[in-house]
Amino acid sequence: MSQVEELKSELTEKLGSDIQIKTEFGDDVLEISKDKVFEATEHFKSTGRYDFLMDVCSVDRQEREKRFDVVYHFYSSKDNRRLRMKAQLGENEKIKSITPIWKGANWFEREAYDMMGIQFEGHPYLKRLLTHHEFVGHPLRKDYDSNRQQHCSKAADLHFEDDETYVPDPNKDLIPLNIGPSHPATHGTLRIMAQLDGETIHRSNVELGFLHRCFEKMAETHEYNQIIPYTDRLNYCSAPMNNVGFCKTVERMLGVEIPPKAQAIRIILCELSRVIDHIVCIGANAVDLGALTSFFYLFNMRERVYSLFEKLCGARLTVSMTRVGGMANNPPEGWFDDVLETVATLRKGVDEIDRMLTNNKIWIERTKGVGGISSEEAIAFGFTGPCLRATGVNLDLRKANPYYGYDQLDFDVPYGTSGDVYDRYLVRIEEMKQSLKIVEQVAKNVPGGDFSIRDKDIVLPEKKDVYGNIEGLMNHFMLVIKGLQPPVGDIYDATEAANGELGFYLVSDGSKRPYRLKVRPPCFAIYQSFTQLINGGLLSDVISILGSLNVIAGELDR
Amino acid sequence: MSTVPTVTRDLHAESEDLLTTAAYTTRFDKLVAWGRKNSLWPLPYGTACCGIELMSVMGPKYDLARFGAEVVRFSPRQSDLLVVAGTITEKMAPVLVHIYEQMLEPKYVLSMGACASSGGFYRAYHVLQGIDKVIPVDVYVPGCPPTPEAVLDGVMLLQKMIESNQPRPWKDNWKGPTQ
Repeated sequence: MSQVEELKSELTEKLGSDIQIKTEFGDDVLEISKDKVFEATEHFKSTGRYDFLMDVCSVDRQEREKRFDVVYHFYSSKDNRRLRMKAQLGENEKIKSITPIWKGANWFEREAYDMMGIQFEGHPYLKRLLTHHEFVGHPLRKDYDSNRQQHCSKAADLHFEDDETYVPDPNKDLIPLNIGPSHPATHGTLRIMAQLDGETIHRSNVELGFLHRCFEKMAETHEYNQIIPYTDRLNYCSAPMNNVGFCKTVERMLGVEIPPKAQAIRIILCELSRVIDHIVCIGANAVDLGALTSFFYLFNMRERVYSLFEKLCGARLTVSMTRVGGMANNPPEGWFDDVLETVATLRKGVDEIDRMLTNNKIWIERTKGVGGISSEEAIAFGFTGPCLRATGVNLDLRKANPYYGYDQLDFDVPYGTSGDVYDRYLVRIEEMKQSLKIVEQVAKNVPGGDFSIRDKDIVLPEKKDVYGNIEGLMNHFMLVIKGLQPPVGDIYDATEAANGELGFYLVSDGSKRPYRLKVRPPCFAIYQSFTQLINGGLLSDVISILGSLNVIAGELDR
Repeated sequence: MSTVPTVTRDLHAESEDLLTTAAYTTRFDKLVAWGRKNSLWPLPYGTACCGIELMSVMGPKYDLARFGAEVVRFSPRQSDLLVVAGTITEKMAPVLVHIYEQMLEPKYVLSMGACASSGGFYRAYHVLQGIDKVIPVDVYVPGCPPTPEAVLDGVMLLQKMIESNQPRPWKDNWKGPTQ
């Protein structure tokens, strides 16, 4: 019996009849009535059939009688299988919240409520998450105009989840403290509201959305290749990885495979990005704890990688180098030699940081045993990437579900034991070393051939053809007018980004713009655990924990 | 006359006329402007991608310290140059105004990048379409994000404005957020 049939019989036994499981673009899709969502989720959780809940989101099918689709993405790390569970929901109907089963669903459900007005029954705190507190309406509904701004007159007052109308009383109360959003350690866009008992955090709350710049709405109003620059600005510390994640999703939907040379360049870009992303994380974390020197050392290394990107495409940070179907252009002559040279310098730099911090007494005192989390908790919250691996779970999509020939490369996946700040740091340092090893292997043996596929319905012809012959001109004209049109359907695809699993859930209606594009940002799930990590700890530990989670606002708030 | 007042002292000079040997005259406002120009204390209001490029500007390669502006202060009361680096959303706008109002005079605002200057390519429901809707801006630096060189150019432009005591009607006639 195949796995799908097995799952089907299992669910039929548990939930009764009318269980439909179909396969769409290689993914298992389960369509279920909204009343059975809770039971099915409970079944997955209790039997451990799927151990990760990756995402909860919704799709607005305006013209349909039951207007919304609520979509759940499950992942099993044991056999690397994914399941997408969809339930239809009418405009004024409610659906049972799965947050009591899976803590990680909390913010995802709040986001779905904020963006589309989905009512989750039994959710502990169903309030707006990303838009401001004076916002009216649900912006991701199809009838909300993307350009209709609503102004916010003042910032929200201090509040807690269990105490909406909190008024501090300086005479008998615990001390209220507001940290951020403009605070050196909150990276400009995060707000933490805390109540202190001496120096200990008694209770806390976070407010996000200060950088909610409507990525998903923008994706619905732009064509596929025009979305690539927007993806740059998700996790702007490692922009190329978002480009790759998005293009890979669209390519999988189109059913095309990019040429080996494009794959090699993508791997090089991704792994270099992973290194510079970890550089920002470790550098900023150390600066927040008072070690300014490491920032200067680390930023020198970042500049080296920027120079490489600049040679490749002219931009330093937001590169937009990939296109659906391959890369934008060939690297300049001698670029791969430059890469190898840079790798050698970076390796020296990483060792230097390793020597400066790993055995540094102050660093150890500030990070060891701080902000630890068990692997079970981490999985329940939906942790992925270095933060999950620091807890001792060896899960890396580059190994679990290799793409672009990662399985041919020799590299190790480091993982920790205690999941504290120090372990996260150690995992990141080792990952940087491993990434450099990967880049070296790939850059030494770059396959020849083209940098992009040559399908006239997907990729624009090269400029020399556009200006040189009539066929090139025609193809260019046709593709610009008609646009790139993937088949109707939906797909979820994930890559291992610097912070963890970066997923794109793409719904296409066959037109040149996505019908819906949902990003599953890795640090969104991780940041959910933040209040739990800091409550009961010292105020100074808040800073070191926040730095170690590497919360990038662009990707958190989108 | 150079605007840089320097004091030279010739101890062996026989003349008793201090004005010709040990002092150099300038106007008071020029002296103050010279001081202000070379000791800008920036408040890096980095919210997004531009914030990362601003880190490069502060970093060893581009080194804003060469322009006397390395003393980064996150307290608005201690800084006189507000560098808005990154997208300002509708949710963030009241916070930005609050920070700006807390800064002491004289104060300057540098808008770094397309988003801060005009909303950039986010013509979207939750993005403020330019910070000049809520606070007065002295220098706009284009780019998405601007290169560090462009930011340095913006800082130098601001220094010129300060040095020449250029009138700033956009700030003097500022009536508060237009929204």
